[in-house]
Amino acid sequence: MAEHFVASPHWEWYILGYFFLGGLSGGMYTLATMLRLWGSPRDEAAARTAFLAAFPLLLLCPILLTIDLGRPLRFWHMLIDTTPGHGGLAFKYWSPMSVGSWALLLYGAFALVSFIEVRTLDGRMRAPLARAIAHALAGGAGRVVIGVGALLGLYVASYTGVLLSVSNQPIWSDTWALGGLFLASGLSGSAALLAWLARYRPEGEATEWRLAQMERYFAILELLLIALVLANLAGAGTLTRALAKPWGVLWALVVASLVPPLVGMGGPAIQVASGTGSAAVARAAGASRTPMLASVLLGVLLMRFVVIFSAQF
Amino acid sequence: MAEAVGFFTDTSVCIGCKACEVACKEWNQLKGNKPAFLADSFDNTGKLDEENWRHVAFIDKVPDAPTTTGNGAAWLMFSDVCKHCKHASCMEVCPTNAIIRTEFDTVFIQQDVCNGCRDCIAACPFGVIGFSEQTATVHKCTFCYDRLQSGLMPACAKVCPTQAIQFGPLSELQKKADARLATLQAQGTTQARLYGRDDKVYGGLNAFFLLMDKPEAYGLPNEANAVLPRRNNRTGYLGVLMTAALGVLAGLVALRDRGGTRRAEEALRRCGPTGRM
Repeated sequence: MAEHFVASPHWEWYILGYFFLGGLSGGMYTLATMLRLWGSPRDEAAARTAFLAAFPLLLLCPILLTIDLGRPLRFWHMLIDTTPGHGGLAFKYWSPMSVGSWALLLYGAFALVSFIEVRTLDGRMRAPLARAIAHALAGGAGRVVIGVGALLGLYVASYTGVLLSVSNQPIWSDTWALGGLFLASGLSGSAALLAWLARYRPEGEATEWRLAQMERYFAILELLLIALVLANLAGAGTLTRALAKPWGVLWALVVASLVPPLVGMGGPAIQVASGTGSAAVARAAGASRTPMLASVLLGVLLMRFVVIFSAQF
Repeated sequence: MAEAVGFFTDTSVCIGCKACEVACKEWNQLKGNKPAFLADSFDNTGKLDEENWRHVAFIDKVPDAPTTTGNGAAWLMFSDVCKHCKHASCMEVCPTNAIIRTEFDTVFIQQDVCNGCRDCIAACPFGVIGFSEQTATVHKCTFCYDRLQSGLMPACAKVCPTQAIQFGPLSELQKKADARLATLQAQGTTQARLYGRDDKVYGGLNAFFLLMDKPEAYGLPNEANAVLPRRNNRTGYLGVLMTAALGVLAGLVALRDRGGTRRAEEALRRCGPTGRM
C-alpha cells in the first residue's frame, strides 16, 4: 500500500486551463494530420479547420503556464541553465516538465507554420514569407512536417498526465495511466470540437460522420483508461480518497459525458452508416450536435479538474 | 569537494524544547508563519514549509487506557528537517536545475535560479519544501550553507541542548549512530532503529535519524514507499504510446471506411442543399 507524506504543489486553475487547452490543441493537430494524410480530398476542408484551430488553442498555453510560475519573468530558466558555471540548455529527459517545456516550444513552431500554410492556401494571407511557407509545404516535405508536428502534438496532449505521475503525490503517482487518459480525452474533445467547427466551412460537413466515428472510438478508449486508472488506484490503496466526496460524483459525470458520443449522438454517420436512419433522423442528429459538444468538452475539463484537485485537497 | 557532512538526529534524547526551530529562524531570518493554536499538543508549528526548516513534531503515543508509572511512552519528539537525500526527488524533477548538490554533499535550492514552478514540492516525499509568497520561489533547509562555507556548524545543531542533533562528517556520524543504536538495544530498547543510515531510503540520507518507532509513525515513508518520481516515467510513457497507437489506429479505421463516405454523401444529397447534418 502506498503511503504519502508529501505537501501539495498548489497547481490549480491556470494549470487546469493549460491541461485543457494543451490537450485540445495537440489532439486537433493530430486529427488535422490524419485527415490530410489518410482522408479523402473532401476531408481537406476539415483538416484545414483543425490546423486553424490548433494554433489559437495553443496560444494561451504558455501564457497560463508563465502566469502560474512564482517568478514569471524567469520562465526561460526552463530552457536555459542559469546555474553559475553550468551554462547551456536546461534539458532533463527524465523530468516531464523539462521535456514538456521544449516540446511546447517546438510544437508551437509547427502549429504556427501549419496555421500560416492554411491561411495562405485559403487566400487570407499573402505575405511573401507566408507564400514561401505554403510553397515549401506543398509536397512530401509538408507531409513530413505535419507528421512531426502531430507527434509533438500527441506529446503535448499527453505528457501532462505523465508529469503528474512523475511525482510522489497521492493519486497522481499511484497510477501510470494518466498520460494515456489525458491523450484519449484530448483526442475525444478535439474530435467533438472539430465536428462542430467543421460545419462552418464549405464541404466541412463531409467529414462530420468520420469525426463522429472517431469520437466514438476515442470515448471507448477513454472509458478503458478511466477503468485502468481506478484499478491502479485500488491496487495502491488510494481509491477511497480518489472517490471521496465530491470526487466520486464528478468521476461519474465524466463517464456520463462520454455516453452521448458512444450512443451515436455524435452525428448523422452513426445512423446512416448503420442503415437505420432517414434524412430527417440525420438532420435531427445534426441539430443535437451542440449539446453533445458541450457535454464532451465539459467532460474533458471535468476529468482534468478531478485529477488535479482530488490529489491536493 | 569538501568532506560530506550530515545531521544525525537522535529522537531518543530529544526533549521537544524547539531551540532548533528558533535558532534556525534566527540565523536564516525566517519570520515564521502567523501564530496558530493547533490544539493537538505543544507543537504549534505543524509542519515543515518555507518558513519552518526545522520542525519539532510531538507524536502522541499516550495510551488510551490508564497505565502504571514508567510504562507509557507518552510522546515521541522528532526534530524533522530536510533529509538531503543522496537520490533527491526534488533535484530529480527540477526543470531549471535550481536544486543542486553542494561541495558539502548537501541539497541546496539556488534562489536566483528557481522560477517557482513547484514541481519539487510535488516530488519531495517528506513534504519538506514550501513556496514563499514573499520571494515567489521555494525554500527549505539550506544546511546553513553560509555557515558551512565559513567553517561553522549549522545553527540547529549548535544550539541543541541534548545533542539530539549532531553535526559532523557523514562517515563519523554513521559510526556514532551505530554505537548509539547498539547501546540502546543492549539496554532493551529494541524498538530503536536507524532511518536513512544505509542506502535503503533514497540511497542514504545526509540527515538521518534514530527513531523509537516505525518510520510511518513519524510521517516518514518506509523503505517500500521511499521511491523516486522517475519510477513512473517508463510506464507513464508506455501508457501514452499505447494510447497514441490505438488513437491513431482508430483514426485510420474511421478514415478508411469508404463505404461510409458514400452512404454519408448520399444522405447529404437526400437532405438537399439546405439540409443541415
